Amino acid sequence: MSGLLELRGVTVKYALTGASRRRELTAVDDASFTLQSGEMLGLVGESGCGKSTLGRAILRLVPLSAGEVHWQGRRIDQLRRKEFRGLRRELQLVFQDPNACLDPRMTIVESVAEPLRSFEPGLSRAQRIARAMALLDEVGLASELSDRYPHQASGGQLQRAGIARALILDPRLVVCDEPVSALDVSVQGQIVNLLARIRRERGLASLFISHNLAVVAGLCERVMVMYLGRIVEIAPRAVLLPAPLHPYTRMLLDAVPRISHAARRRPVAVPLARDPDAPVAGCAFAARCPHVIARCRSERPPLQARPDGRQVACHRAAEWPGGLPPATA
Amino acid sequence: MSGRGGLWRDAFLRLAANRVACASLAILMLMIVAAIVGPLLLDYRQDEIDWAHMAVPPLTAEGHWLGTDRLGRDLLVRTLHGLRVSMGIAMLATLVSLAIGVSWGAVAGYLRGRTDALMMRVVDVLYALPQVFFVIILTVVFGRSPATLLVAIGAFGWLTMARIVRGQALALREREFVEAAIVGGAGTARIVTRHIIPNLLGPVIVYATLTVPQVILVESFLSFLGIGIQEPLASLGNLIADGAVEMETASWMLLVPASCLVLLVFCFNFLGDGLRDALDPRDH
Amino acid sequence: MALLEIRDLTVDFDGPRRIRAVDHVDLLVERESCVAIVGESGSGKSQLLLACTGLLAANGRASGSVRFDGLELLGTDDPAARIRGSGIGFVFQDASGSLTPHRRIGDQLAEAAVSARGITRRAARAEAERMLERVRLPDARRHLAEYPHELSGGMRQRAAIAAALIAEPKLLFADEPTTALDVTVQAEIISLLADLCRELGMAMLLVTHDFGVVSGLADRIAVMYAGRIVESAEAARLLAEPGHPYSAGLLAAVPGLDDPPGTELRTIRGTPPHPGANLPGCRFEPRCEYARAHCRGEDPPFVTNGDDGIACYYPLKQGEQ
Repeated sequence: MSGLLELRGVTVKYALTGASRRRELTAVDDASFTLQSGEMLGLVGESGCGKSTLGRAILRLVPLSAGEVHWQGRRIDQLRRKEFRGLRRELQLVFQDPNACLDPRMTIVESVAEPLRSFEPGLSRAQRIARAMALLDEVGLASELSDRYPHQASGGQLQRAGIARALILDPRLVVCDEPVSALDVSVQGQIVNLLARIRRERGLASLFISHNLAVVAGLCERVMVMYLGRIVEIAPRAVLLPAPLHPYTRMLLDAVPRISHAARRRPVAVPLARDPDAPVAGCAFAARCPHVIARCRSERPPLQARPDGRQVACHRAAEWPGGLPPATA
Repeated sequence: MSGRGGLWRDAFLRLAANRVACASLAILMLMIVAAIVGPLLLDYRQDEIDWAHMAVPPLTAEGHWLGTDRLGRDLLVRTLHGLRVSMGIAMLATLVSLAIGVSWGAVAGYLRGRTDALMMRVVDVLYALPQVFFVIILTVVFGRSPATLLVAIGAFGWLTMARIVRGQALALREREFVEAAIVGGAGTARIVTRHIIPNLLGPVIVYATLTVPQVILVESFLSFLGIGIQEPLASLGNLIADGAVEMETASWMLLVPASCLVLLVFCFNFLGDGLRDALDPRDH
Repeated sequence: MALLEIRDLTVDFDGPRRIRAVDHVDLLVERESCVAIVGESGSGKSQLLLACTGLLAANGRASGSVRFDGLELLGTDDPAARIRGSGIGFVFQDASGSLTPHRRIGDQLAEAAVSARGITRRAARAEAERMLERVRLPDARRHLAEYPHELSGGMRQRAAIAAALIAEPKLLFADEPTTALDVTVQAEIISLLADLCRELGMAMLLVTHDFGVVSGLADRIAVMYAGRIVESAEAARLLAEPGHPYSAGLLAAVPGLDDPPGTELRTIRGTPPHPGANLPGCRFEPRCEYARAHCRGEDPPFVTNGDDGIACYYPLKQGEQ
């Protein structure tokens, strides 16, 4: 069964213009996954692992170097620019930095209403503004803020506006690129709850990108873990959290800050990230992996589906079918 | 700070709080009005010769408040006419450079890549041409007239503007709100006109106010060299050139147009500085 | 006598309107202890640190008293110079704040060692390498010859910590030292800082918005909101039984892995006030679930009970959160 969105072998390379030689950085390396209609899929990884690039590649904000993107069974990565523009109505994006994603010279409501100019040219300005106001109300932004400029509102308020703009065309998929990591802790939860509510009410599909596994896990039924451009594990949340199969997933889980009420608990120490620029022959995680064997350094583990539907890219995953236990400090 | 109301109004309020900039603006307005209506109200034409009063110093002869030159022409009238010509050329040339420079730079910066490289090489090539040489060729071909001078200055004036705008546009293009507009389905034309250009208007306006005095200086310089505005038409440049000859015997002939030029340039610069502060979109 | 004694510290910024960023704050840092100031953006926590070191912006003015090792830092001619000599180190959120981009890391560390400790250049080079090893930078010798941009974010932050520690400070100011880093690297830097403090007998004043960072590191916690300290207590006590509704709200807002799927995250309604906003009563009252009429009228005083203190008329009882 083909899902709403399907990626096959998507690869994105950037040209780095260094001082002397031209190099290429593979930001996303052979990523394949399927997103079902109405599903909220989480994508976690450290900064620089290519998770934002992957989200942007789906929306064609960065060009693909290889691979295919299918939308509702139809291949869309080869569409011409004009044809793709029609699809933008169904594919939307919520940005990380709410202070940067609204035009500083437009009022909040003007920014929210703007996509309507392209897709509903028949609407008058007053009608567009009315639609935007209704949506701002839905995301809980006080109406007196709507004709302010972005610098007059707080991060949480702007992020609500950013979400309203993504919703105004009534899309089927919203890519959320770290939508709460730039916000104050007390406000993060408001935005997460808002996204959960909207998704529930509208039946939206969503790709939720974050570096914090705890945020993703609370929202998504299925979680994808990415390391240095490669997807290393895809699993339902219910099995991923208690029993991760990939050592990197285990490491991310151990690193989630926990507030210990009783005695001091040291967070688990982890090795350093290696240079994402250096080409890797075997498993990308081999250099940091506590379970590494010789085969990991020479042979790249493919992302393999297991009978229970989980996918993992690790040579040794079969050795711990019940998942990796937490590291002890 | 202020709850609602346009960004331009906020900027205006900030400008109004800046005394130096306000004074400069007031003086500029006064000079512009004087340059336009002054010659109509005075008794002399710019090329009218008063045989009875040749080379009289300021405030000595009836009707000639700022004195006359060697040929008995009223210096106040000639200075106001010169101001009119110099300012006119400066404003027009600035407008031309604004129109070409902003659209050229914004398109190059937004599109990036090969288009950008090609467009900016054109700018580089024009930069490499010596301006004075170009003006001389133009005057030889088309004769000496304010129009020729305007074309000559305008042809170079937009180059720096285009570079400034391109730099700004390159930076703006990376901003998330431009990506957001793309995701919202906006095409290139709308992004450039609605998102890129409005956001670089601040620096552009500031640079334009600094371009005006620059152009006045170039015009004065060319006229001083004798390849700009020609007698009997007056411009600040050729008045200063004439005055410089008489510097030791009749210093007012130099001082009157020169102080007018200095005042003009100062005012524009102070106004530009004030605008730069006022147009900063952040609050503090 | 405490190592750092902040009394009645107030920081104002002049401008179109005056903004009070820090409002009559008292804080003690004992020797060899770690005190964390927890607050959101605009709470004034960073300005508090800057005021202690005389690094406030030009339009900022600090009043009150800041005594380090018995020495008054405020009102002296050049507090920044005195601190450098007197043993306060600084680690910023962004490591590039303490490392110059155009000089090799080894040179920067050695120079800091020479100027702070008066040792020879040769000894300083050796010290630089030892310090990089101490912050667990693998392959320290190679990194001595590198420039800051050649390191990853986490490694750069380690180098910055080494640069702060090479002067052998008695007190380390750490301003959001892990905020710019990934979760995995955050964990590592936190445990590094904790170990270093213990090994070197150094005290630390840590500023952060993240309770997750604090819980493994701090002995005492001061929660700051809108320029004031609203609660101050021993860390384990505050994490287990926060008394101020704001502390409780912040703690509850940290997402955990143990919540069942689909549960709403606990949040604090509304948004943090603008710096300098004029709030007559308790500053947290507009966002407080437990506010009563009395809270609107008058700012609650900071009531101390032994070492701990709280600014709330109706502090939460145990089990009420």
